[in-house]
Amino acid sequence: MTRKQRRSVLIGASLAVLGLAVGLVLFALEDSIVFFYSPADISDKGIKPGQRIRLGGLVAEGSVVRGKDTTVQFAVTDTAATIPVRYTGVLPDLFREGQGVVTEGRLGSDGTFIADSVLAKHDENYMPPEVAEALKKQGLWQESAGEKKTN
Amino acid sequence: MIAEVGHYALILALGVALVQTVLPVWGARRGGIALMEVGSSAAQAQFVLLLLSFAALTVAYVTSDFSVQNVFQNSHSAKPLLYKVSGVWGNHEGSMVLWVLILALFGCMVALFGRNLPPDLKATVLGVQGSISVAFLAFIVTTSNPFTRLEPAPFEGQGLNPILQDPALSFHPPFLYAGYVGFSMAFSFAIAALITGRIDPAWARWVRPWTLAAWMCLTLGIAMGSWWAYYELGWGGWWFWDPVENASFMPWLAGTALLHSALVMEKRDSLKVWTILLAILTFSLSLMGTFLVRSGVLTSVHAFAVDPERGVFILGIMVVFIGGALALFAARAQALKQGGIFAPVSREGALVLNNLLITTACAAVFVGTLYPLGLEAVSGAKISVGPPFFNATFGPLMVPLLIAMPFGPLLAWKRGDILGAAQRLSFAAGVTALGIIATYAIAQRGPWLAPLGLALGIWVIAGAVSEMAFRVKLFKADTSEVLRRLRNLPRSAYGTAAAHIGVGVMVMGIVSTSAWQHEQITALKPGETSSLAGYEIKFAGVAPSQGPNYREQIGRMTVSRGGEVVAELHPSKRAYTAPRTSTTEAGIHASWAGDLYAVLGDELKDGAYTVRLYFNPLVRLIWIGAVIMFLGGLLSLSDRRLRVGAPRRAQTNASPAAAE
Repeated sequence: MTRKQRRSVLIGASLAVLGLAVGLVLFALEDSIVFFYSPADISDKGIKPGQRIRLGGLVAEGSVVRGKDTTVQFAVTDTAATIPVRYTGVLPDLFREGQGVVTEGRLGSDGTFIADSVLAKHDENYMPPEVAEALKKQGLWQESAGEKKTN
Repeated sequence: MIAEVGHYALILALGVALVQTVLPVWGARRGGIALMEVGSSAAQAQFVLLLLSFAALTVAYVTSDFSVQNVFQNSHSAKPLLYKVSGVWGNHEGSMVLWVLILALFGCMVALFGRNLPPDLKATVLGVQGSISVAFLAFIVTTSNPFTRLEPAPFEGQGLNPILQDPALSFHPPFLYAGYVGFSMAFSFAIAALITGRIDPAWARWVRPWTLAAWMCLTLGIAMGSWWAYYELGWGGWWFWDPVENASFMPWLAGTALLHSALVMEKRDSLKVWTILLAILTFSLSLMGTFLVRSGVLTSVHAFAVDPERGVFILGIMVVFIGGALALFAARAQALKQGGIFAPVSREGALVLNNLLITTACAAVFVGTLYPLGLEAVSGAKISVGPPFFNATFGPLMVPLLIAMPFGPLLAWKRGDILGAAQRLSFAAGVTALGIIATYAIAQRGPWLAPLGLALGIWVIAGAVSEMAFRVKLFKADTSEVLRRLRNLPRSAYGTAAAHIGVGVMVMGIVSTSAWQHEQITALKPGETSSLAGYEIKFAGVAPSQGPNYREQIGRMTVSRGGEVVAELHPSKRAYTAPRTSTTEAGIHASWAGDLYAVLGDELKDGAYTVRLYFNPLVRLIWIGAVIMFLGGLLSLSDRRLRVGAPRRAQTNASPAAAE
């Protein structure tokens, strides 16, 4: 094989691997990215039931109801809108009424959000940034509370 | 007083670093030996000053001097000593001091052990190291001073985030930083090579041990972080493709590729341009990791402070260094001579394939990590890219890599014999086939592809063992000959085999944990029993208890198997007073077969508790694999030390001859 041929084998192999990777990335991005919405966005943007999304906001005061076994119901609010959420599992340590929370799952046909994961954060001062921003839009956010360190 | 000494030493170190940046490089350009020598002294002085500064901060932490703001915000007098010390780097300012301290340590080691480096190369390397120090010291002094005083001094500190109060996590940052910062050596050598315009196998021989040491530390650092996340966060998982995890994983991938391409350059004087580029990229990814984690662009347990000023500063550092290095590369890369040629099927070819797959995988991780940031900046849409993305992109790229892995070391340099290699691997293939059949027979559930994934791990291990057997002529020569060959085999050969075996072991752990994990969420009343993966777990109830700086609710569970009690688990929920927060401590019964993992949830109305139970088969292999990889690196490194005198000789005969 000449030097040129060798080089073309090398370049061919590189392009093949790169092509494969680009294909995989595009395919996976199509399938597995999850958009974040606040409760107000759900009606504003017409989110359809069954689409996988993240829903974030504050856990509405007095909304947490423990059902049978390990199923919990609560509501996520950004004060403009409130969405009921149903979740089966162990809630994170810092899950509290009035605290910021991000849940991931699908909107059911009855308007209840069926979450399969609930994230609350590591620190009481902490607010998930998406939630902080959504709340800022609603004018509910005080800078002082959000600027604290999160460690 | 001590804090002021530390602060003063920090500023002095900045001055010294400035000297280290300018004078040696100037000397190297003009051939002034005395000026070049300044680099060595400055590097050592800088290290001593930073050590002093770091010691001062540590003293402030250990003595709980709350007049220092940093100590007040991140420590508490009731904290155990270990966490007072680890609290030094458990915050933004202190961790940056640790970062530059390690950077200076590496510079100091070049000054001390670099006697047989060509003087102008050494001076330039130290100059580049010095410039990185200048940037980060300026960052610390202007935006993140750890020695700021508070007036009046508070009586008590605010405490360290409790989930960071953990032995594995105490040592996770130093190892991680040693890895990140260690790659700065490869970077400095690459820049120096571009500046001096000289690059040869001796260069690769110099760079490889540093890269290897950095890679080992990073391997261990990431493994510790993953282990900590596994038992401390209580999610039963060991890797979440969290952006911050990715930030440390990308330099690791690039560093792994660099180790392999530097091998080609050292042995065959080939792939020069690529190796230089990879050295620059690896450290660039380390810088990017520091930026992502420290700027608060990403939110996680690592994002200490959301301070735009700091973010912009680190972004500036990143742009200057990465941009400058790539511009220099673009300007000077053509000047580097092409090295020896090789057939596509050869050891070089195999290493190129390794580099291709690893860097592509790294790029996929990069896209997944930064795409949400980019999309939000452009369109304002907020998305998250989760594990499914990474599993779908990273996984398929690893499959050909693992299949090809045993072939590499069996191929000859320049032109290899792939049929011969396949023949030598027939035993390994047999073992793998048996493994597949056995796994299908045992595994009654889980994805049908999983046994093949597990087999990849077996294949890599069996391949590495076969390669060693071939090299010592096991079963081909008599015993004395085999023993002689075993003794004479270089340690780096053992190191390679061990590192590859480590990868195989880790793959087995990852596949079996992912494919065959049992998970159960139930509500248990005291006295009730649940069963999972052949274990009977009896819940005895919850009792309160008082720790040094927390109160906890400890659940008691008796685990039995086949009527026999095998373990007592005590998953608990802790409530810390400073800062006020709570954590979950998982109860884990570890064994070779797998871990039974229990998490205590909330109390329900009827006196029952939510309980989450996992069985993670072979999960232990993940971290054992990482430790084997680390030990493989150590073996290889011990071999290199024997050859420290070699570069000088190699330099004279290798540089002109090996270029075509």
